[in-house]
Amino acid sequence: MTLTPAVEAIDLVKRFGDNTAVDHVSFAVPAGTVLGLLGPNGAGKTTTVRMLTTLSRPTSGTGRVAGYDILDEPEAVRRSMGLVGQAATVDELLTARENLWMIGRLAGLPTSYVRPAGDDLLERFSLTDAADKVVKQFSGGMRRRLDLAVSLIAAPPVLFLDEPTTGLDPRSRNDLWDVLRGLVGEGTTLVLTTQYLEEADQLCDDIVVIDRGTVIASGTPTQLKDQAGAASVVLTLTHTADLERAESLLRSCAPEVYVEPAARRLTAQAHGLDDMTRIAHAFADSGITVDDLGLQRPSLDDVFLALTGHRAEETGGDDLDDELDSLEGATR
Amino acid sequence: MTTTPTRPAAAEVARPERPEVSPPSLLGASLIVVRRNLIHIKRMPELLLDVTIQPIMFVCLFAFVFGGSIAVSGSDYREFLVPGIMAQTMAFASFIVAIGLNTDLDKGLVDRFKSLPISRASILVGRSVSSLLHSSIGITVMALTGLAIGWRVHNGVLDTVLGFALLLLFGFAMIWLGILVGSMMRSVEAVNGFMFTVMFPITFVANTFAPTSNMPDWLATIAEWNPLSSLVQALRDLWGNGEPATADSAWPLHHPELVTVVWAVALTAIFMPLALRAFAARSRD
Repeated sequence: MTLTPAVEAIDLVKRFGDNTAVDHVSFAVPAGTVLGLLGPNGAGKTTTVRMLTTLSRPTSGTGRVAGYDILDEPEAVRRSMGLVGQAATVDELLTARENLWMIGRLAGLPTSYVRPAGDDLLERFSLTDAADKVVKQFSGGMRRRLDLAVSLIAAPPVLFLDEPTTGLDPRSRNDLWDVLRGLVGEGTTLVLTTQYLEEADQLCDDIVVIDRGTVIASGTPTQLKDQAGAASVVLTLTHTADLERAESLLRSCAPEVYVEPAARRLTAQAHGLDDMTRIAHAFADSGITVDDLGLQRPSLDDVFLALTGHRAEETGGDDLDDELDSLEGATR
Repeated sequence: MTTTPTRPAAAEVARPERPEVSPPSLLGASLIVVRRNLIHIKRMPELLLDVTIQPIMFVCLFAFVFGGSIAVSGSDYREFLVPGIMAQTMAFASFIVAIGLNTDLDKGLVDRFKSLPISRASILVGRSVSSLLHSSIGITVMALTGLAIGWRVHNGVLDTVLGFALLLLFGFAMIWLGILVGSMMRSVEAVNGFMFTVMFPITFVANTFAPTSNMPDWLATIAEWNPLSSLVQALRDLWGNGEPATADSAWPLHHPELVTVVWAVALTAIFMPLALRAFAARSRD
C-alpha cells in the first residue's frame, strides 16, 4: 500500500448562485480502504462526488484521484476510476452483455478483454442467466448489480458509489455489501455516499459526516460513537399509570432522564453495566412492572443527533441535491 | 447472491489482468455510440414510426384529402408534395436528436459517458450521426411512397444526388437546434411540447404543402424567407417537380440552392455554439 492517498479532496467548494452546496470540504482516503460520506439529503455528498469524478467543476479547491489532479488531469482521473451514480445508469434498451460491451469499449478496452471480463462480472453478480435479456425487464436489484458490474469492467483502482443501496430491499442491500467487501479485499479503494448510518457502520473504515456542505466530524465508526458520549439505559413500562413514579425513581439513580409517554419509554444516561444493575434493582424493589430494560450503546444515529441537532434520516421528500441539479441548468 | 458459503470468494474468480487502457479516438467512440443507438432502433422499431408511418400518412393525407383542393400551376400536386414532405422530415431531425439526447441526460447516461476517458464530443457526434441515419431511413421510405403514388425525378443523376445532399446538409443544421433544445429542456415531455409548438408552424408556413402565391402578402413574404422554403424550392428545381419560383416570389426562391447552403451554414453557426454551451452547462456544474 502506498502512502499517497487514493482519493483526496482539497478544500473543495461548490457554489450554485448564492447557494453554497459544498463549503471547504477536505479529506483523504488511503488506498484499499473505504470512506463513507455520511449526511442527510442535500448535505452536499453528491456534489462532492461529482467534483471528484470530474463531472462538475469546483468553484474553488481541487482534488486528486489515484494521484491525478481532477482539474489538471481529468482524463487520467477518468481512466483510474469508476462511478456508480445515484440512479442505475444502464442503457435500458441494451442487454446486460451489450451494456458491458459498450462501456468497456468506451473505457478503452479491447473486445478480446471485454468479452471474458464481462462474462466473469455477470457470473459474479449472478446475472449470467439474464446476460442476453434487455435491461428493461430487469428488477431494481438486478439493475443495480448490472450498474456496478458495468462500473467495474475496466477494473478501476478507485470506485465512487453515490448512495449505492438506495431503493434496494434489505436482502439485495446485504448482497451488495458483500460484493463491496470483496472489492476492497482485492485492493479497490471505495468512496461511497450514504444516508444510512448502518451502511456506513458496516462498510466504512472511515466516515466523514457532512451537513449543509461542511464536514462536521470525521473518524472511524468507533471514534464517532465515542463522540456521542455515554451509553444509556432504556426501559419500557407495562402501565402508563406508573410513568410519573418511574420518572422520579429514575432521576434518583441517573442525572439525565428522557421520557416518551406515548411509548411508555424512559431513557437515562448510564455508565456501563453497574448503573444498569443499580436501576434494575431499584425498579424490582419499587414494584413498578417493566416490559423491557436494556443498555443501549450509542448508534451512529445518536452521533448524528449529537453533532447536528437533527436526525440523519428525517429530511425526507425534496432532495436539495436534486434542486441544485435543476439550478445548474437554470444558471448557465 | 455472491457469497453463499459454497461459492468461491470474490478473489478466486479468475479475471484477466487489466490490460493497458487506450481510450478510443473521437471517431472510435462516436461509432460505438452510433452502434448503441442503432441497437435501440432494432430493439424498438416503433422508434421509427416518426419517419415511416407518419410521413406516409402525411403523403396520403395531402395527396388524397387536401390535394384536390390545392391548385399547383405546371405540375401534378403529388409531384409538388413529395419534396415538401421530405424537407419537413429533415426539419424534424432536430426533434429526434432532442428527444434522444434529453432521454440520455435524464437517465444519467450522459453522466456515465462523461465519467469515461472519451472525448465528450463523441456523445454528440454519435447522437447526430445516428439521427441523420434515422432521418435518411425516413427519406428513403418517402421516396418509395412517392414513387408509388406518381412522384418522379425528371432531371439527371447529378441533380438528383445534389437534392439529397442538400437535404442532409439541412438536417445537419437542424441537429444543432435539436442538441440545443434537448439540453435545455428538463423533460422529454417538455421537448415534445416545445418542438411541436415551434416546428409545426415553421414547417407549414412555407411552400411545403401549398404554394405561397395563395397566401396573404405578408404571410407569403414570411413563408418565402423561411429557410425550409428555400430547401423545398431547391428540391423541386433539381428534381423537376413543378415550375421555378414565380416572378413575384421573394429573392431566396430565385436562388434556392445557394440560399439553402447559406441558411444551413448560418443556422449551424448560430445554433452550434449555443448548443455546445447548453450541453456543457447541463452537466458540467
